[in-house]
Amino acid sequence: MIRLLGWLSALSLVTGLIMGFGVAPRELTQGNVQRIMYLHVPTAWVAYLAFGVVFVASIWYLWNRAARADQLAHASAEVGVVFTGLTIAAGSIWGKPTWGTWWTWDARLTSVTILFVMYVGYLLLRGMIDDRERAARYCAVLGIVGALDLPLVHFSVYWWRTLHQPPSVLKPGAPTMAPVILAALLANVAAFTILYAYFVAKRVHTLRREHELLA
Amino acid sequence: MTYVRRAWIVLWKDVLIEGRSKETLNALVFFALLLLFLFEFALGGDRERLAAALPGLLWLGFVLSGLLGLGRTFLIERENDCWDGLLLAPGDKSAIYLGKLAGNLLLMGVVEALVLALFTLFYNVDLEGALPSLALVIGLGTLGFAAVGTLFAAMTAHVRARELLFPVLFLPVLVPLLLGAVRATEAVLRGDSLGSVAHWLRLLAAADVIYVAVGVLTFDVLLEG
Repeated sequence: MIRLLGWLSALSLVTGLIMGFGVAPRELTQGNVQRIMYLHVPTAWVAYLAFGVVFVASIWYLWNRAARADQLAHASAEVGVVFTGLTIAAGSIWGKPTWGTWWTWDARLTSVTILFVMYVGYLLLRGMIDDRERAARYCAVLGIVGALDLPLVHFSVYWWRTLHQPPSVLKPGAPTMAPVILAALLANVAAFTILYAYFVAKRVHTLRREHELLA
Repeated sequence: MTYVRRAWIVLWKDVLIEGRSKETLNALVFFALLLLFLFEFALGGDRERLAAALPGLLWLGFVLSGLLGLGRTFLIERENDCWDGLLLAPGDKSAIYLGKLAGNLLLMGVVEALVLALFTLFYNVDLEGALPSLALVIGLGTLGFAAVGTLFAAMTAHVRARELLFPVLFLPVLVPLLLGAVRATEAVLRGDSLGSVAHWLRLLAAADVIYVAVGVLTFDVLLEG
């Protein structure tokens, strides 16, 4: 099952690459640089998805103390931190030629970075508690606080300042994007989502083995 | 025993202990004073620059004092098996959280009033007209700040490298509160009406409600040890 997911993600990633580099045309104003979007947007989506899963799994854990819920939260947080890091790195590389700077205190840049720091803290907390059951409980609480904090972070940082281009897909009205480019983007979003599912499944599997071994 | 009374007992016990030992408050007051010196050294004698940075510095002072003060919330419970005593207390455990939160609000209130007074004294700013609005902003900011701090203090009480982990977890969560509080304080000190920063005040209030609610709902889970 997990292996199947692995092959599926490999296949969809190749499709995504072909869509991004072969099918989608070169963008008029930004040129080839714009193709970073096919990495940047999917990783950002996966980052938020991952922390959403941490939130749900944390509530699930506090609800019935299922070890599986904790393993899911743990795995999802780890994968989420990796993807958040990728988002920031890819965005930075994209920002240099288009905005003229590697880093700027723009609203969404800042909120994603706060997200990153918050969940690195989450993993640190996990690492510092030896007792598994206690680590699970504490991290569940932190996962919930962190997720509820995100909307606050979003609005506060947005009012603070913004430079980012406004959302072009998830917004009211029709997307302001050529259909081909949109298709390539969605193919990559799907591919990265499957990749996320594969990583999490793999990690949950190892965590469960660890759990059985120590029990 | 009613819920409120149980919270009150926790608060009263902490106030009594603090009143007799004066451990936290004494050190914290001195720390706040030192912070003011540090700000002065860091920014130099330039009045204008200091005045421009004042709202940020004020909150930085609150946050840094809070890191030290709030982080200690549950340390006294670790002595003489007091933690087990709390666990054995009858009824809803969130009353303990609210009692501790009230104690922290009291502590932060005293420290903040002092920092504010010292600011006006050392940096020669006139706060008189802005005081009521400033009190509202500081109150809203401090409630959320203390609510998360109390919860995280319970979380890190049993963790290795507690002193390190508490700020690492606490500070990122604090970002929206800090941004809102600093912006609102800026406006108030400039003499603007509170209406001009209504969106920030609403954000602070929303944060307060969320943090206190999460604290009340999840404290039980942390207290198990």
